[in-house]
Amino acid sequence: MSKFKKKQANTKQSVPTSAMPDVVFMLLIFFMVTTVLREVELQVQIDYATAENIEKIEQKRLVSYVYVGPERLGGGRYGETRVQIDDAMVDDINAIRNIMYDKLIEQPRLIVSLRVDRDSEFGIVTDVQQELRHAGTLRINYSTRRQV
Amino acid sequence: MLKKRGRGDAEIPMSSLADIAFLLLIFFLVVTTIDVDTGIGLVLPPIPDDTTPPPPVRERNLMNILVNAQGMVLINEQPAAIPSVRERVKSFINNNGVDPDLSESPDDAIVSIKTDRRTPYNVYIDMLDEVMGAYEELRHQASMDRFGVPYTSLEQGSERRAEIQEMFPKKISIAEPDEG
Repeated sequence: MSKFKKKQANTKQSVPTSAMPDVVFMLLIFFMVTTVLREVELQVQIDYATAENIEKIEQKRLVSYVYVGPERLGGGRYGETRVQIDDAMVDDINAIRNIMYDKLIEQPRLIVSLRVDRDSEFGIVTDVQQELRHAGTLRINYSTRRQV
Repeated sequence: MLKKRGRGDAEIPMSSLADIAFLLLIFFLVVTTIDVDTGIGLVLPPIPDDTTPPPPVRERNLMNILVNAQGMVLINEQPAAIPSVRERVKSFINNNGVDPDLSESPDDAIVSIKTDRRTPYNVYIDMLDEVMGAYEELRHQASMDRFGVPYTSLEQGSERRAEIQEMFPKKISIAEPDEG
């Protein structure tokens, strides 16, 4: 017994830290993979509608967003309902078909996620949908939150 | 002497590696948003070709849902409350030719959705949610009968899932908008 004790006393007292970089790297790689870096700056106000029967979009890389909502004018005021794609407001609604067609060429399995403010009227969404049909981007997704 | 030195300094210093990794880790932690994109998926109909007429659809196989400017839902021109849409759609799809006014088979059944320019968006989503719910319930039922497991537990892209999807295909049509 005493022999055993003596042996233990001879071992190092410090906590082994050599595995720490491995653990940190593993976490790092996880976060690197899950991160989507490019988030656009919203220039329109969007309160999402809620729904029960929703599906997840697993492949974020396929998704392109179209934002529809009242324009933020600053000072908490809101203007007309406008359409925003990426970082720019769309002035001419007929330009959407060219923008979307270019995106479709780049990504043939494109899903267009329509992020529409819950209080907007459907007419502008219809216009956007017509443009998407002309562009050939037929897979769409109405972005909604889960109902609580 | 030589041997001793070799023993002491054989390792590359690793302590700074952890610091660098931590720095990167913190950066990615801060910029990551883990919210998943959720929504109601739909496939738009392609732009109709002028040369080919649309395929003929029998009246009974078509369910017209109109959401008008006042946010009222009309099924085949009759007003309907939004919570009742699910049952109506379910009985319409799963009729299998019993009722002469409803669909012949789930494969033939088409739900046509029409909106007005002034339809409130959230009413449209609520209605679409009910329609999707009807399909989801039918698929769940079919999955329970056939495999004894809920539809949601069937794996994405699996054969069983495809089979259920084929039994109740989502034939939702967005009607052409009116001019003007």
